Amino acid sequence: MQGTTPSQTVGPFFSIGCSWMDSGNLASAAFPGERIAIRGRMLDGDGKPVADGLIEIWQADPAGRFDNPAFRGFGRISTQAEGRFAFTTVRPGRIAAPGGPSQAAHLLVTVFARGMLKHAMTRLYFPDDPAHAEDPVLSRVEPARRATLIARKGADALEWDIVLQGRDETVFFDL
Amino acid sequence: MAHDGPYRRSAPGSQPAYLHEPYGSTRKRAPLKPLVAAPQLAGELAGPAFAASDLGPAHDDLTAHGKGPVLGERIIVSGRVLDEDGRPAANTLVEVWQANAAGRYAHRGDQHDAPLDPNFSGEGRVMTDAEGRYRFVTVKPGAYPWGNHPNAWRPAHIHFSVFGPSVLTRLVTQMYFPGDPLLEIDPIYNSTPDPSARKRLIAAFDLGLTKPDWALGYRFDIVLRGRDATPRER
Repeated sequence: MQGTTPSQTVGPFFSIGCSWMDSGNLASAAFPGERIAIRGRMLDGDGKPVADGLIEIWQADPAGRFDNPAFRGFGRISTQAEGRFAFTTVRPGRIAAPGGPSQAAHLLVTVFARGMLKHAMTRLYFPDDPAHAEDPVLSRVEPARRATLIARKGADALEWDIVLQGRDETVFFDL
Repeated sequence: MAHDGPYRRSAPGSQPAYLHEPYGSTRKRAPLKPLVAAPQLAGELAGPAFAASDLGPAHDDLTAHGKGPVLGERIIVSGRVLDEDGRPAANTLVEVWQANAAGRYAHRGDQHDAPLDPNFSGEGRVMTDAEGRYRFVTVKPGAYPWGNHPNAWRPAHIHFSVFGPSVLTRLVTQMYFPGDPLLEIDPIYNSTPDPSARKRLIAAFDLGLTKPDWALGYRFDIVLRGRDATPRER
């Protein structure tokens, strides 16, 4: 083949084709695990809300596995007014690596929006997790920017904003 | 820093940059700090699986959702989802969305002064077969104005969302039609630097796919990132 098909923006009307799978909950009530709620906002380079963004979550199950037939581990959530998004899931386990350090518990997050010609990939880590110290991905991020990848404890949910651009820009990965 | 696969990078110029000034909405939404090189680990090398039973009935025919016939030029869009080495992406989810034949989306945010078609939602999804093939029946979407610059019109296009075998093969793109005079002045189409890569976004008219007395056929193959034949141990 000659090369990859170029990415193009999802545009403003992706909900037509994508909303059928838009779910605020990644895990059924019967699925065992520690429930977590996450909420946040998607913001642009001026700090203005991105109300036509879309995030996709991909995560391990509570045992740190990606091949659990009872848990797809995938969620799609569109942003709403004020750029807000919210979802619930179960906390993933640490992901073992033979011969190397395990990854700290995290969610892989893919970010789409009108105005993004291609998606961006980031990670959400959980607060106060001693496993961060040996995580092979966090260690590649300069310390001053790591906080953009770690959710904060809120009153009734973890809080995590996605900042597309600017001083507090979320760390996005080159994969 | 060396790029540690197994998924290869796309060739230089074959993908748009985040910031493309002629497309105004990128100016405040493009990440501008350098991306942080990261290893491709267990999660990146896996991805969600879907089954036809997840999709609901008849979502490969966008003209079959309403109570009556859809207005416009009926077309068949079909192709294969492959990787750069020609390996098919089998049993993978393909989603589409599009404007109607008049250039209007069935979305409350679309205020273009063109008629809605009560029988057309513009929504489709299908799983590829074992050879990576997919097929949709729809109508050719219309061009529409979009306010990016004076007298800006989007060329007719169908949005495609494809998963492939891992989250690293995820792709959202747009399919265009051959011979559209709006392509050469469209900032989104032209955001990809390499002109030959851009052309992969244009479907090919296919008489063999055309169904006599019924619908024109367009072929659109989608190429996802390839990987090294033998994943390296790390």
